[in-house]
Amino acid sequence: MARDMRRSKMYNLVFVGEMRLMGEVIRIEDDRATIQVYEETDGLTLGGEIMDTGGPLCAELGPGLLSSIFDGIQRPLAGIAKEAGGIIPTGVTMPALDRRKRWHFTPLVEPGREIGAGDVIGTIQETASITHRVMIPTGVRGVIKEIRTGDMCLEDLVATLQDGTDIRPVQRWPVRRPRPFARKITSDAPFITGQRIIDTLFPVASGGSVIIPGGFGTGKTVLEQTLAKFARTDIIIYIGCGERGNEIAEVLTRFPGLEDPYTGHPLMDRSTLIVNTSNMPVAAREASIYTGITIGEYYRDMGYDVAILADSVSRWAEAMREISGRLEELPGEEGFPMYLASRLAAFYERAGMVECIGHGGRKGSVTVCTALSPPGGDFSEPVTQSALRVTGAMWALDTHLARRRHFPAIHWGKSFSLYRLDAWFCKNIATDWPQLRGWLMALLQKDEELQDVVQLVGPDALQDQDRVVVEMGFLIRENYLQQSPYSPEDAFCPLRKQYWMLKIFFNAYESALKELGNGRSLEEIFTTRRKVILADLKNIPGERFPEAAEEIIKGL
Amino acid sequence: MELLTRRYRTTQKVIGPLLFVERATRISIGEMVRIILSEGDERLGQVIEVSEEHAVIQMLEETTGVSIQDTDIYFTGSAAKAALSLDMLGRRFDGIGRPVDGLPPVLPETRSRITGSPINPVERGEPSDFIQTGLSAIDGLNTLVRGQKLPIFSASGLPAKEIAGQILRQARVVGEGERFAVVFAAIGITHREASFFIEEFERGAALHTSVLFLNLAEDPAIERLLTPRFALTTAEYLAFEHGFHVLVILTDMTNYCEALREVATAREEIPGRRGYPGYMYTDLATLYERAGCLKRRKGSITQIPIVTMPDEDITHPIPDLTGYITEGQIVLSRELHRKGVYPPIDVLPSLSRLMNLGIGAGKTREDHREASDQLYAFYAQGRDLRRVASIIGEEGLTEPDRILLKFADDFERGYIHQGDTTRSIVETLDYGWGLLRRFPRDRFTRVRPDIMEKYYGGTVKP
Repeated sequence: MARDMRRSKMYNLVFVGEMRLMGEVIRIEDDRATIQVYEETDGLTLGGEIMDTGGPLCAELGPGLLSSIFDGIQRPLAGIAKEAGGIIPTGVTMPALDRRKRWHFTPLVEPGREIGAGDVIGTIQETASITHRVMIPTGVRGVIKEIRTGDMCLEDLVATLQDGTDIRPVQRWPVRRPRPFARKITSDAPFITGQRIIDTLFPVASGGSVIIPGGFGTGKTVLEQTLAKFARTDIIIYIGCGERGNEIAEVLTRFPGLEDPYTGHPLMDRSTLIVNTSNMPVAAREASIYTGITIGEYYRDMGYDVAILADSVSRWAEAMREISGRLEELPGEEGFPMYLASRLAAFYERAGMVECIGHGGRKGSVTVCTALSPPGGDFSEPVTQSALRVTGAMWALDTHLARRRHFPAIHWGKSFSLYRLDAWFCKNIATDWPQLRGWLMALLQKDEELQDVVQLVGPDALQDQDRVVVEMGFLIRENYLQQSPYSPEDAFCPLRKQYWMLKIFFNAYESALKELGNGRSLEEIFTTRRKVILADLKNIPGERFPEAAEEIIKGL
Repeated sequence: MELLTRRYRTTQKVIGPLLFVERATRISIGEMVRIILSEGDERLGQVIEVSEEHAVIQMLEETTGVSIQDTDIYFTGSAAKAALSLDMLGRRFDGIGRPVDGLPPVLPETRSRITGSPINPVERGEPSDFIQTGLSAIDGLNTLVRGQKLPIFSASGLPAKEIAGQILRQARVVGEGERFAVVFAAIGITHREASFFIEEFERGAALHTSVLFLNLAEDPAIERLLTPRFALTTAEYLAFEHGFHVLVILTDMTNYCEALREVATAREEIPGRRGYPGYMYTDLATLYERAGCLKRRKGSITQIPIVTMPDEDITHPIPDLTGYITEGQIVLSRELHRKGVYPPIDVLPSLSRLMNLGIGAGKTREDHREASDQLYAFYAQGRDLRRVASIIGEEGLTEPDRILLKFADDFERGYIHQGDTTRSIVETLDYGWGLLRRFPRDRFTRVRPDIMEKYYGGTVKP
């Protein structure tokens, strides 16, 4: 709480006390303001001076964001490590982007050209795979007087307008406010993940949003990391919100060595990591989600497809609850603040495919995939329920599947996707894709019903036709729905391979029924040889399809 | 004695373990406080809240005899710090770092704030050294890695302390010749449990490389909030200043959380689930996250916290929040315990998230991952069949299902159960293959053909 703050505005960024701890104004009453400090408050005394920066928490946007690692309030962790060693001292501040690094700027417009917000005036090759488009910030309009070319730092001018406005390659944007766009578009293309159960059964549109709820140990983090590696998108923003330090260490050690499966460039070239581990201050955790999505929107505005992978939004909601509790606000369900649902809705609505502002009709998208950690793995809790109402899909992770090491532990009975993408699949993969998908869904459904019977009376009580379903169900669960992120051949499964695998399973099922009609026994139908062939499908490299498939179908 | 101490006699009210002191100025959050009672008794406290009206002091000891009138409050001007020195090895302290072994206090080489500072994730080293505990259920299926935090989820009456003791005795790391130390924090455990561990240290002759912090059941509950922090600060000192590989045992975290709830209630905070404060996740994280390794330092901190699940409920807030922070969990089962299986580790809900970093060719053996997955898959199927078999009888099952059922039994009695013996990782893996060979080749779904060829086909025989 601070006094004489009548001139402060809500959410202004302030520095508190001698240690200059960063904080944010979160309540104003008369001349008193309540400040939420982003850092550990041990050692804070009464009567410390407050310095108001006059503006809200902003993200710094410019070249150098990619392949960087920030904390929740966009402090560069590598830079801090260089200065302070292994731990993060309190009160440390540092600009997010390196001011000394020189970038090569190539102008795209001539002096005399009239430009407005969102117009691209030039490019910087940020990493091998991504060209950074330098845009005119919101609110600026005019005629270019001068534009430069060549190597320059972030503080250097790239252009000057006739009214004297300077344009630099870096801009700032308040993280809690969505960046503007011309209009939203409905997307009919899927966000391709290379994970069979997701792409086949529960695909999400690019520009969509999905939640991944799961109790602890169900593989949320592994799934998020798999998406970060294999998702077909231009930019990845990975937000570790309340994550484990050791897992982040694993990401940081592994990612730099990985290649983007689409471009062959290092994966870090297209990624930004935002890391606020669970022991780092809770207020910065609350800010981390906003910092991440603002950076995402910035690249969207350049016309890129961006994926936001956040792990986990429940920790963000809990940070909100903690802060709300300290403010002694009236609690809602499970102690969460009443505005939980509206904040969640506002966050998920920042996803979408848009037509960007500025000339040229660029299109960009932000796809949001968020893990949720419901307490006790119980999905009826408020965060999961509120998020469900505003997202388009759920990949529900199941404890029972995880316990038997069935990964990804996405439960096919509980998950759903509201996105209608069949038209895209028919056009780009195969016309019978929706049929195969429908067949698979029906088979799994039937299998689940039969499993209940088997649990009661044993498999022998089933009719032979039903036993074919159970047998096929088992083979599909083991060999199609499961996918190992550690297997080099299987970690990423292209859509074409998915289609052919599915087709082979379908053929195997049809021929099993036919053979059954011809009076053969189940043992004769599901021979060891056949099972081994079906089990090995996943290990066949994607580029050998469809040739390999025809051979196999003949062989079966 | 500090010259700058300030004395106050303005205690306004006492609620539970909290003292509300008026008109105190220039005090800071986290500052240590000495409270002198009228009889001259001295007790310790800590500032947890500062406002214009009053400072809130959390008493670390009994509040019996504290009165509003004649209690002197001294603000020491410094946050809680641990006095650290290598001489601490082999010593025994109470829950807030005062010696209880009859020897004089250690001469500190340095003093550190017990709250610690978060490790910069960028500077963390990736944990990758396999720790052989000698227990197959852990080594084979839920491998422990240096720098990991892997709690044991127990319930009352289950042998969690025996398992922790056995790990203490048997733990080995491939590539010896490094310095080890154990930091043991007893948080509200009984005298009997504490003496069990002390005997265990003596038995393993590890007493001279261990530091013990003992807050026993009869000690003040609030002290429990500081005990793990003293222990972890000591562990950090040993690991990152002196290059020790430190194993920290925290038992029992359930008592810690109870103490946290007690203070929260006294502060009249809005309670979260089951009365535990809403910030318990963050608070626990500030302890558990102090495990790990640093890139540019030699040592490491591995944590084995023990959590007693109230009412054996794994969804209770304490095990639930712990599981969300730690890198997996070892879950004990009453059912296995009754069957006489020791260690009674239920491998299905157990998990080690860092397992992949510590296993494979060059660390354990190339077949480790897949053999482990396959054992899991068969055991899970076998366990499901038990339910079926109990309804329709074993005769109603098909032959392959009977094999699975038999496998599940043999797996529990042979692989999991090993008593007070130690097994090397190679023994564990070979034992696993011994159990797996009863299945025909086409039942295997998790093993690559070349591994099958080598280990199942039998070029490598146990």
